[in-house]
Amino acid sequence: MRFVLNGKRRDVDAAPLRRLLDVLREDCGLTGTKEGCGEGECGACTVLVDGAPVNSCLVPFAHVRGRTVTTIEGLRSRLPEALVREGGTQCGICTPGVLMAAAALGRRPSAARVREALAGNLCRCTGYAGIVRALAGARAVPRPRVRHAGPPVRDRRPSSRRSARRGEARPVEE
Amino acid sequence: MRGATTLSLAHADGVKTVARHAIGLRYPTPVRVVGRSVPRKEGLAKARGRARYVDDLRFPGMLHGRTIRTAIPSGELLGVRFDFDTAGFTVVDHRDVPGRNVVALIQDDQPFLVEREIRHAEEPVLLLAHEDRDALRAASVHLDCRSSEPVLDPERSPRAFKEIAIEKGDLARGFAEAGVVVEGEYRTGRQEHVYIEPQGVIAVPGAGSVTVYGSLQCPYYVHKALVALLGLPPEQVRVVQTETGGGFGGKEEYPSIVAGHAALLALKSGRPVKLVYDRLEDMAATTKRHPSIVRHRTGVAGDGRITAMEIDVLLDGGAYCTLSPVVLSRACLHATGPYRCENVRVRGRVVMTNTPPSGAFRGFGAPQTVFAAEVQMDRVAETLGLDPAALRAGNALRPGDTMATGQRLGEDASALAVLHEALERSDFHRKRRAWTGTGRGIGLSLFFHGAGFTGSGEVTLASRATLELTPRGARVLVGSTEMGQGTRTTLAQIVAETLSCPLERIEVAEPDTARVPDSGPTVASRTCMVVGGLLKACAEEMKGRLGGLSPSAYLRRHGPLTVTKQYEPPPGIAWDDATYRGDAYGTYGWGCDVAEVELDPVTYEVRPTRVTAVAEIGRAVNPLLAAGQVEGGTAQGLGWALLEEVVLREGRMANAQLTNYMVPTTLDTPPIDVTILESPYRQGPFGAKGVGEMPMSGPGPAVANAVRHLGLDVRSLPITPEVVLECASSSTESEETSTRPR
Repeated sequence: MRFVLNGKRRDVDAAPLRRLLDVLREDCGLTGTKEGCGEGECGACTVLVDGAPVNSCLVPFAHVRGRTVTTIEGLRSRLPEALVREGGTQCGICTPGVLMAAAALGRRPSAARVREALAGNLCRCTGYAGIVRALAGARAVPRPRVRHAGPPVRDRRPSSRRSARRGEARPVEE
Repeated sequence: MRGATTLSLAHADGVKTVARHAIGLRYPTPVRVVGRSVPRKEGLAKARGRARYVDDLRFPGMLHGRTIRTAIPSGELLGVRFDFDTAGFTVVDHRDVPGRNVVALIQDDQPFLVEREIRHAEEPVLLLAHEDRDALRAASVHLDCRSSEPVLDPERSPRAFKEIAIEKGDLARGFAEAGVVVEGEYRTGRQEHVYIEPQGVIAVPGAGSVTVYGSLQCPYYVHKALVALLGLPPEQVRVVQTETGGGFGGKEEYPSIVAGHAALLALKSGRPVKLVYDRLEDMAATTKRHPSIVRHRTGVAGDGRITAMEIDVLLDGGAYCTLSPVVLSRACLHATGPYRCENVRVRGRVVMTNTPPSGAFRGFGAPQTVFAAEVQMDRVAETLGLDPAALRAGNALRPGDTMATGQRLGEDASALAVLHEALERSDFHRKRRAWTGTGRGIGLSLFFHGAGFTGSGEVTLASRATLELTPRGARVLVGSTEMGQGTRTTLAQIVAETLSCPLERIEVAEPDTARVPDSGPTVASRTCMVVGGLLKACAEEMKGRLGGLSPSAYLRRHGPLTVTKQYEPPPGIAWDDATYRGDAYGTYGWGCDVAEVELDPVTYEVRPTRVTAVAEIGRAVNPLLAAGQVEGGTAQGLGWALLEEVVLREGRMANAQLTNYMVPTTLDTPPIDVTILESPYRQGPFGAKGVGEMPMSGPGPAVANAVRHLGLDVRSLPITPEVVLECASSSTESEETSTRPR
C-alpha cells in the first residue's frame, strides 16, 4: 500500500487492519513513535496524518493509503531544542507525541491554546510546566526561582525582616 | 524567551572558556557547572525520537511473552487446561523454576509463579511465549480454582507484615498539660504510578547464562532476584537498564518479576523473549501506593503549643510483603509532620490483604502520614481559633530541636524558611481573608522528607561508585539509573566541576551489572546526595592522582586509572533499629505548598488554580532539573489529591485503563510556582540533599486544607465530586473535637 512517509513515497506490504503504530514501528523501523496505552488516551503515539495529529494506535493502516504521514523522525523543527532547554522532557517517552501534537499548532501559540491542544498527551514527569514554557514562551507560566534560604531561623520572626536578610531570588537560567 | 536565551549562551560560554585550555596539558580554569541549568545529556535524543527504550529493541529469533494470571483474590489452584494447540508455544509453570520460586527481597514470600495458594487476583500462574503476538493473544487457558473468603478490609486483617512503635517523652503528661485535645481519622487511597512506558524487559539466553535488558530503576535488585530464581552463579546473570520511560517507584521492585518471567521463558525456549505489558495488565497487576488509615490525637496548650501527639498508622500492604516494612518505617518517621513535641507515640502496622501487592511509590509512605498530620494541624487551628500558618510557625522544628526518634536537627532545618517564603510568595493571608465565604479556597501544607535510606539502610547498602579516566576526561560507572529525573546530567556535573573538566567530556556508562558497581537502588531521593557524594570523592582523588596532567597525558605515562569509593556514614550518625531511636536520616529536605482551588457549585469538582511550591533541598546541582522534580511531583500529588482513584471490586482493579483512571492532563494541572531554597548540607556533594520524592507530600494536604477553607470537612483523598457531595450534605455532623478543663 502506497503512502507518503516523512516526505518520501513508500510502498509497504502490511495487513490493512494493523495499527498504524505497529506498521510504523515494526515494518518501517521508526521506533520514535511510542505506545503508552493502546487506547488513544495518552497520546504517546501521536503522528501527523495530512498535517493533523492522530493517535496512531487507533488508526488502521488502510486509513493512510495515499495520504501523508509524519513521525518524529520526519519533524523539521527547532521545537525539540526548545523543549530540552525549558525542561519539557524528562523520561522522554511522551516527548515525541507531545512534539507531534505541538507541531500542528501555529507559531507562538498562547499558553491556553497549548494546554488545550496538548490535553490528549499525558506526561507524568514534568507537570507540563516545561512543555508549556517551551511552546508558549518562557513567560507563559511561572518561572522556577532559586534563592539562598538565609541564616537558620531559630524562632518566629516577622517575615519582612527575614526576607531582607535572604539572598535575592534568581531565575533558574542564570 | 529571554531567560532561555541566557541559559544557552551561558552554557556555550562556559564550554568556550574551557576549550581554550583543553589542548594544553591540564585544565587550569575552574569549571563551574554545579548550580547551572545545563540541558540534560540525553535530552535531544529523547526529543528527536532516537532514544531506545526496551520495546524499541529487537533480537534475532525473538519471541514474545505473555503472563497468565489468576482471577480470584483468594483460594487454591487445582489445575490448568489449555484450550489451544500448544505446538509452537513455549509454556512455563512453577515446575520450570531451576532455583527458588520466590522473589528475593525482604521476606521471601512472593512466588514468581503460583504453585497452589492464590493470594490475590492478578497472580502469575503460567507463562507463554510465541513468535507471533496475535497467536499469543489468542491462546486461551482455563484455570481450575477453588475460592476461599478473601480479606479485603485492612482493618480486619489478621496478619501484619511489620509493626513499629516510636516513643518520646511521657504521653500521659503531655495530654495532662493540654487544654484541648483534637482527634481525627484520615484516609488515603491507592495510587497507580502511570509511568507512560509500561513495564517491559527482554531476556536473552546464553550458554548457562542470561542477560536481561529492561525498563527498571534498580539493576542490582533484578540481579539478586534472578540469581535466586535461576540458581545461576552471579556472574552468569547480567542486567542492563535500557532508557526508562518513568518509574516513580513502580520500577523499583516489580521489574524483578517481569525479568524473572522473561528469563524463564528465554531459558526454556533457548531464544530471546520480549515481555512488555500492555497498559491494562500494567495497571491491574503491578504495585500501587499503600492505602492508609491514620488516626491522630493531639494535645494542645491554650497558646497553641503542641504538648502531645498520639498517632496510629495503618497501611494496606496487599498480598505480599514486598517493601512494606520499609514503607511503614518512612510513614511512621514522617507521621508527626515537621513539628516539635516533647511527648509522642507513633504506632504503625502494615497488614496483608488479598489485593495486588502495594509497593514503592514516590514518597514511600510519607505522603500518607503527612496528609493526616497536615489536615490535623488545620483542624487544631480551627479548634483554637488560630491562623493555620501561625500555629505551624509556632510549632515547626528548628535547628537543634529533637524529633520523635530523638534525632537532633542540624543548621539546615528550614521549616520556618520554607513556610515564610511560601506565605509571602503566594500572598496567603490576604487571599485567605478575601476568599472566605466565596467559591475559592486557599490552603497550605508544611512538610519534610528524609533524604536517603532510612535508619541504618545506607550502611547496610555500602554503595560503591567508580570513576574511570578516559583520554578525554572521565567515565562515571554507577548502578544508579536515569529514569527522567536527571541522574546522568547531575552526576556528570558533580564530577566535571570537581575534576575541573568540561562537562561534555564526562561520560556516564550504561547501567550494566557486568560493568558498573552496585551503587544501591535508584530510590529514596538518594542518588544525587549519596552516589553524587561518592563520585565527588572519586573525582577529588582522581584529580590528586592526575597531579596536573591531562587525562591523555596521564594515560600515556601511567596507564589506566580508576577510582572506586564505598559509602561510609557521616560522623556522629547513630541509629537503633530495635528501639527506633537515633538519626533516622542523615538530613531532611523541607517543603511548603500553598494550593488555591475553585469549587464548581454544579458538578462539585474541585479545580486547582495555582500551586506555590517552596522546597529547601540543600543545593540545586542543576536548578532546572531540580525544579522539574518539584513541578512534576506537585502535579502527581495533585492527581492523588483530586483525580486518581483505584476502584477495587473483589480485589481486582475495576478501572485499569487510562480512560477511567484519571491522571492530570494539561487542563487539570494549574500553573506551579516553584521556589528552590538552598541551605547547603555539609555532608552532601556541593551541599545537595535529596529532592525527588518530597514534592509528592505537599499537594494532598494543601488541597484538602483549601477545600476546608471552603467550609467542607474533607479528611480523605482523593477529593472526588462524590466526596465533596458527601461532605456538603453532612457538614452539620457532630465534631470529634472535645474541649475539657485543664
